[in-house]
Amino acid sequence: MTTLTQSRVTAAARAAAPARTATGRSARRRATARALLRRPGFLIALAFTGFVILSALVPAWFTSADPYATAPADKLLPPSAAHLFGTDELGRDLFSRVLHGGALTIQATALAIGIALVGGLGLGVLSGFVGGWVDALVMRAVDVLLAIPGLLLALAIVTAVGFGTVPVAVAVGVGIIPGFARTTRAEVLRVKTLPYVEAARTGGAPWGRVLLRHVLPNSWGPVAVLAVLDFGAAIIAVAALSFLGFGAEPPAAEWGTLISAGRNYLVTSPWLSLLPGLFVGLLVLALNHLARTVEEVGR
Amino acid sequence: MTAAVLAAPGVPRTRVLRWGPAGYIAGRVLQAAGVLWAAYTVTFVILWLLPSDPLALVLSANNVELDSLTPAQLAEAQARYGLDQPVLTQYWTMLTNALHGDLGTSTTKGVPVTQLIAERLPGTLQLSGLAILLALGGGVLVAWLAAYVRWSPLRLLLTRLPSAGVAFPSFWIGLLLIQVFAFGLGWLPSTGSAGPQALILPAVTMAIPTGAAFAQVLTRSLTDTLAEPYITTATATGLSRAAVIGRHALRNAALPTLTILGLLVGGTVTGAIVTETVFARQGVGTLAQESVLNQDVPVVQAVVVLAAAAFVLVNLLVDLLYPLLDPRIARSR
Repeated sequence: MTTLTQSRVTAAARAAAPARTATGRSARRRATARALLRRPGFLIALAFTGFVILSALVPAWFTSADPYATAPADKLLPPSAAHLFGTDELGRDLFSRVLHGGALTIQATALAIGIALVGGLGLGVLSGFVGGWVDALVMRAVDVLLAIPGLLLALAIVTAVGFGTVPVAVAVGVGIIPGFARTTRAEVLRVKTLPYVEAARTGGAPWGRVLLRHVLPNSWGPVAVLAVLDFGAAIIAVAALSFLGFGAEPPAAEWGTLISAGRNYLVTSPWLSLLPGLFVGLLVLALNHLARTVEEVGR
Repeated sequence: MTAAVLAAPGVPRTRVLRWGPAGYIAGRVLQAAGVLWAAYTVTFVILWLLPSDPLALVLSANNVELDSLTPAQLAEAQARYGLDQPVLTQYWTMLTNALHGDLGTSTTKGVPVTQLIAERLPGTLQLSGLAILLALGGGVLVAWLAAYVRWSPLRLLLTRLPSAGVAFPSFWIGLLLIQVFAFGLGWLPSTGSAGPQALILPAVTMAIPTGAAFAQVLTRSLTDTLAEPYITTATATGLSRAAVIGRHALRNAALPTLTILGLLVGGTVTGAIVTETVFARQGVGTLAQESVLNQDVPVVQAVVVLAAAAFVLVNLLVDLLYPLLDPRIARSR
């Protein structure tokens, strides 16, 4: 997907970002937090993201409707106070289905990002910290993975492993690993040469301790920003794969499946496709805005 | 930005000094071939080694259950797909066949994969070509306007517009366009591949996410460029703002975006899968979607390798053209 592409672009751009000093980290963090809370756009994005994640975790707090309860008499109702997003062709409440579908999509996305974080951090730290031929080998592997468009790599994995929420999550996660590995490596390489790392080594600290206590905590900031940015990209990738029909089996419905199912009623009941899609788009927009604002303010 | 620019061409500079431009080109071509070979190997590992039993996958694509076969039939089926050979032999056979232009046979359709792709490719190329043109044109227009417009609400809207373009799923944008322009206004056909009019909505759908990503990079680069001293000089000579941004700033700001051209082309290939599905067009994208759904392994492999080849080729061209477009880099060698 393009968003995958795009986050790779930002990852590459970030690798070239100016270096920062590591002094007064906690004081700077507090200043950053204060600056962030003064931005209304940031607060709105944060509130919406919080609402979506909370509603995905505990949908019952926000809707009492059963996502699977059919009511043929109430089928294809337009949005109203009783049914915020209207009802689908079987009379199921669409708002409830979007919130419950969010649980599936967000779990899949979290799993994908988890895989990418573990794999990407591992490879990046290995590559940046060990250097030499290990670095060359890992980076060439990353180059190769970057040459295969993310969604196509995911399609190949789904073909081999099978359909469902978990395979889709794994496929998307593997597709994002290269970007993470690159960003982590760039950060580790930067931090490795800083005086305090040298000081810790000279002071006799074993390399494992230097890595865990000094290099990792100072290099994972940009990686965290990338994780938030890629969370949005992964949501779109998961939605795209389930839109194409490789996701969870009915009646469970991820966001992509909901949008795909509504396609058949686009002429008469456009809200069936368009409202869940709007919801997804706004969430990704909010996530991207969060990541970008944190990056801007932290600079 | 300068760091990103200098880091863009992938070959170490020392080699260029030692072997000259011909050596640079040869090295870069070899490197591209290496990446393509590795990409082929990755797809082989994923599609033929990852499944616990590739034969079951191939047979279920033909609606044959593995258990219903006699041992003799099973052996015959294994031999037909070459699965009785050691893995390395299988790999070697497939790789040499692929190099000779034989990408195997579709397990569901029984037709050579190259023939399937050749049938579907023209439609997809038309669509992608138009989409890339729209994306580049739209991206430049938005970036130029965002730099040119002074009324701050509109300026803010223009700088934020690309983020919206990348945030909304392209299949949703496609459905929205269908709803508005086909069902609502009735201006354009909603689905199908008949006539040039049917090309417009899918091309716009594909162009929006790639164009938005392009516009983001270009806007950022344009902001950096507009702070350069030579822009002040150009303004001081009495040129209009439109000319300064359009002629002086945009040309230099566009250079870093060259490096993401390959990524944009890759994005277009994946965009084709979703877009062609939304608009029910016959193309390589829908071929990929059908093949994954039917677990038609050879076709999936061919499409993935083809996309990687397109990506590698575009990057190769960009790397070879870069020194011609930016003499500063050629001279620094």
